[in-house]
Amino acid sequence: METSENLVVVDKLKTQFFTYGGVVEALDEVSFEIHRGEIFGLVGESGCGKSVTASSILGLVAKPGKVISGRILLDGEDLLMKNDHQMSQIRGSRIAMVFQDPTSSLNPLFRVGYQVAEPYIYHQRRRKRRAWADATEILAKTGLPDPKEKARSFPHELSGGMRQRAMIAMSLTCEPDLLIADEPTTNLDVTIERQILDLVKDLQREFGTSVLWITHDMTVVAQLCDRVGVMYAGNIVEKSDVRTLFRSPKHPYTVRLLRAIPSAVTSQEHLEEIPGTVPRLIQPPTGCRFHPRCDHTMPVCSEAKPTELEVEPSHTVACHLFGGTGRVT
Amino acid sequence: MTATLFECRNLTKFFPIRNLLREVGRVHAVEDVSLSIPEGGTVGLVGESGCGKTTLARTLLFLLEPTSGQVLFRGDDLGAYSKRQLRAFRRETAIVFQDPYSSLDPRMLVADVVGEPLAIHKVAFGEDRDNAVLELLERVGLKTEHLYRYPHEFSGGQRQRLAIARALAADPRFILLDEATSALDVSVQAKILNMLNELKAAFQLTYLFISHNLSVVRHLSDHIGVMYLGRMVEYGTRNQVFGDPTHPYTRGLLAAAPSLDPDDRDRPREVALEGEVPSAVDPPSGCRFHPRCPNRKPDCANVRPELVDTGGGHLVACVPK
Repeated sequence: METSENLVVVDKLKTQFFTYGGVVEALDEVSFEIHRGEIFGLVGESGCGKSVTASSILGLVAKPGKVISGRILLDGEDLLMKNDHQMSQIRGSRIAMVFQDPTSSLNPLFRVGYQVAEPYIYHQRRRKRRAWADATEILAKTGLPDPKEKARSFPHELSGGMRQRAMIAMSLTCEPDLLIADEPTTNLDVTIERQILDLVKDLQREFGTSVLWITHDMTVVAQLCDRVGVMYAGNIVEKSDVRTLFRSPKHPYTVRLLRAIPSAVTSQEHLEEIPGTVPRLIQPPTGCRFHPRCDHTMPVCSEAKPTELEVEPSHTVACHLFGGTGRVT
Repeated sequence: MTATLFECRNLTKFFPIRNLLREVGRVHAVEDVSLSIPEGGTVGLVGESGCGKTTLARTLLFLLEPTSGQVLFRGDDLGAYSKRQLRAFRRETAIVFQDPYSSLDPRMLVADVVGEPLAIHKVAFGEDRDNAVLELLERVGLKTEHLYRYPHEFSGGQRQRLAIARALAADPRFILLDEATSALDVSVQAKILNMLNELKAAFQLTYLFISHNLSVVRHLSDHIGVMYLGRMVEYGTRNQVFGDPTHPYTRGLLAAAPSLDPDDRDRPREVALEGEVPSAVDPPSGCRFHPRCPNRKPDCANVRPELVDTGGGHLVACVPK
């Protein structure tokens, strides 16, 4: 399974949060792999476990959360076996992250250039002056106009799009193997979003970085990602290369989700809805977690958890409609 | 031709920037915008952050006083309204905001959140009020047992339903939907959009819908205005603006909107907008869009284009064709 083609293998990852209200089963045996040099999209609605997946990979699951079982392999090394010190060596150098809100992830008291230079100083032990020069250079690569001047600015002096460019520059400083991007364009206007997507594509090609792109926006997936995993209530329900997913979505959730999106190209009077709401993950539905909202429910759906089944090459679906055995929950 | 509910003429709103007491500059939030909203219609406003969509809407509702220009409601000048008339006017208008987490008072019960407009406008009290609230809750797809709960007990979609119920409470004619579905997940957004359409028909409402999401605006609106840096650059019916976008900014905006077709990524884009929106404190001269415009002419920096009818009420403010 661990061929050299895969940079990251996430195998049956189970993360739970132990709250006073009960155990939140945030991730229920999530498995996927990220190939070298590809952009893998993780798409789903709020609370489906996208961001928990990211923090599990980074070893940043905060209390009362805990990774219960599973493996996260980066180049064959299990990240879950690393101690805190080893993880902090990996974060920022081999795995880097860009967050949704650049305003709150930049420190308002330090100049942008210093914050971008910090990984050079911390991970590569470069001297400050040299690190600053390198930071300016990488800021220029992200298309920030007038990078020398902007490096001396404070975050509040930059626009949202420019701050996100600075965040991307910061994440790329140590040429990471894996870049995790958690909804980095959600707060941006469409024109700026488009610029950032183009930038990420260009830089990803240039640096050969693999990207885990987390988003709730199917259109971003369609325009950016190579492969995609669709998440629902802590499970990956469908995994495919992007073109196949949009051409022939198989899982009932994916199908309905795609139909619920109003289109800018064609207009329709009534949007299709998905009945019901996303379940709470304290005592989630038994069997397939989507079964209470699904219109193809069969008796087996509430009894057994569907296993992933390859319906066509590089396209797997976890749904009883497509057969497979399933495991009893 | 239906009656016009709202109309604004040459509406301008500047915000002064003060250093101590001296005015050192002005934010040109909205400049010389004329717009009419027909009764029973839905007008959509699109544009990037800071283009003046919200300021325009708030000035229309007279929550902000215009720097110059007129706002007419059913043909009457709102500037000439007495306090009493304004209060009656407020009852006919309502707003649903973007973020249902900050727009609902966390310390008020649902009964009070939704019932407050009824009390303010002295429509119903006591048991009558609770009954009216129950009816509203049902209308927006919430349940009777939700009456004595607090907003934090609800999900984002349910909170937005509460906000809509509150907006409907005083039986308004007009609702301003300011990014009302932007904070919601797509499956929830689909439900809210469908509900807004149903409510509009049931209560004969008029909507002004503000969003930066083009596909949502297209879905809901019958007329669409595109704003850029405080000015209206294009206005027309949904089919005119989306089917035949004429202003270079509209074309750029539509080209930037990501589509659901993965094959689109390889297609060369007709117009790619570069750079960012300039500051509204010191906006570019002439056509405000000229520094970013792909087909600018030398004149664009000097001449300010007016909205011109290109046929069938499709207005475009751009000089070179």
